[in-house]
Amino acid sequence: MSEQPLLSVVNLTKHFPVRGGLFLRTVGHVHAVDDVSFEVRRGETLGLVGESGCGKSTVGKALLRLYEATAGAVFFEGEDITQMNRKRLRALRKDIQIIFQDPFESLNARHTVGKILAEPFVIHKVGTPNERQHRVEQLLERVGLDASASNRFPHEFSGGQRQRIGIARAIALEPKLIVCDEAVSALDVSVQSQVINLLLDLQREMNLALIFIAHDLAVVKHISDRIAVMYLGEIVETETAQEIYAAPKHPYTQALLSAIPIPDPTIRRQRQILSGDVPSPITPPSGCRFHTRCSHATATCRNRKPTREQIDANTSIACHHWEQIQAEQAA
Amino acid sequence: MPLLAIENLAVSFETDEGIVDVIDGVSIDLAEGETLGLVGESGCGKSVTALTVMGLLPKPAGRVVGGAIHFDGRDITSLTSEELSTIRGRDIAMIFQEPMTALNPVHRVGNQLAESYRLHHPEASKAEIREESLKLMDHVGIPAAEQRLDEYPHQLSGGMRQRVMIAMALSSKPRVLIADEPTTALDVTIQAQILELLRDLQNEYGMAIVFITHDLGVIAELASRVVVMYAGRVAEAAPVDALFASPKHPYAQGLLASIPRLDSEPKSLLPTIPGVVPRIEDLPDGCRFSNRCAHARDACWTDKPAIESVATDRTVACLRWRELEQQAAASA
Repeated sequence: MSEQPLLSVVNLTKHFPVRGGLFLRTVGHVHAVDDVSFEVRRGETLGLVGESGCGKSTVGKALLRLYEATAGAVFFEGEDITQMNRKRLRALRKDIQIIFQDPFESLNARHTVGKILAEPFVIHKVGTPNERQHRVEQLLERVGLDASASNRFPHEFSGGQRQRIGIARAIALEPKLIVCDEAVSALDVSVQSQVINLLLDLQREMNLALIFIAHDLAVVKHISDRIAVMYLGEIVETETAQEIYAAPKHPYTQALLSAIPIPDPTIRRQRQILSGDVPSPITPPSGCRFHTRCSHATATCRNRKPTREQIDANTSIACHHWEQIQAEQAA
Repeated sequence: MPLLAIENLAVSFETDEGIVDVIDGVSIDLAEGETLGLVGESGCGKSVTALTVMGLLPKPAGRVVGGAIHFDGRDITSLTSEELSTIRGRDIAMIFQEPMTALNPVHRVGNQLAESYRLHHPEASKAEIREESLKLMDHVGIPAAEQRLDEYPHQLSGGMRQRVMIAMALSSKPRVLIADEPTTALDVTIQAQILELLRDLQNEYGMAIVFITHDLGVIAELASRVVVMYAGRVAEAAPVDALFASPKHPYAQGLLASIPRLDSEPKSLLPTIPGVVPRIEDLPDGCRFSNRCAHARDACWTDKPAIESVATDRTVACLRWRELEQQAAASA
């Protein structure tokens, strides 16, 4: 672990004010992200998984300063993104890109695909118009589209094809990191697998690091090297993709895995079904935020927030009782 | 005799580009008390099939142009809307993906539940209705039912709203419940709760369920039989174990192979189906899967495959399925 991580997130916190009353005074805060820390190494995929409202998308957006962090720091190659000025930030966009769930919303409907894809080169003053045109065609072919797509408009493409265009734009400047925010969630199964393969290919080819944010644990597990599981704004467990499936340790991770329907009717599992809904992030539960739904919760869990323990290079757990739970489950 | 029998149904839609066959010769049987999974990707016609059964096709754009739907022996496609309303919502109820759009946002949950109950029990008194509503809410696992009845839909979570929808659907003790992607918008832990609830209710009420979804995992856990649709036709219909063990239609094979699984090798390339689902306006002639099928031959481009019986309770619509199976057996 001597190599410096590409990205290092330290105690990242993002609270959104909730306004109410006659004068729209701040009456509370949505604790979207609280004290989140993780690292991403060059060329690896970190999966960020959790249910709606767990803060995974907020983390992704805060990394690129699409949201300003309330507290904490984000170091990219040693430099704190949260402290960068506009000019430095613009240069950083060459290195970090983001793709969203619905690429249609992020593609200018009135521009041809060629123009959309040439834009990064124009903004960053790369190449002559001829070279740019050539690069655009290369990009389209690289993501599995015909070079003639360059003259067409976004609405002429299907969801999967638009996501390919979004990916082409993201890789245009050969970034080191791409944040994929539910990038394959809206796609049909048969198209989703094509896009996952494309991302895996590009990663190998370009030594790209990916932060893959999604609610579908099976997809995240397939594409990631390591996974961070979030619940109500906090990371509860980090683990290698292999291990999280083989031996999940945090009770929430266990419940999440157990809830995933497995496409194999011969497997009849003993289900752990969590009771209740995810509590409001405006008034998160005291102590361990998961205690209201955890079958192992004790008085300690209600009163004291667990610190995330680093077990080894890849594994960390925030649970007071994980060792005891593991011992019980082994017995 | 099946409880619900969709026979050779054809539905067309009028679009800017002319009339298109959205549903083309779909036949599906549903037995009393069984759970049938209806699976396919966007545009395959699974929801349109359900809406047609409910008599809820958007009109005048959508039209039934062929076939019949028998419920309990009666053809319901020929009924007047008055006659249909005695079946729809009573014998056959439906729940949707987004309960927020199905619930009226300006009415209290209790009033909406009461309305659906009163519809089927016109003689019930106010007190009776309230009592029954509470029972229903309790039944579908809504805590603090008394207080919830006086709330508005937006005050409930997505999971709770879906429970309210289920309570409304159950108020008439239907014999068929059509569930159109009821858990797609929910988080997995909440989805697990709703699936468990549906299973429990089915055991208790003995209703048949048509569960429409794109999620093969949900199908595997819930359904006893499954119908795979593609571009407005049934590609394959089979008992769930048989389909997952040995899919016969190349589309069903491709679909099953392409899903990432928890136990698959991390970062391995997934098998894929090439191309994209064709737009309903420009479907290929012959077999509608021909332009994406690795096994397509000349005949596939011109001849519509017949629905062939493969085994008991199992059909496939592929010109080459037998040949492909022999090839696979020979190479194994």
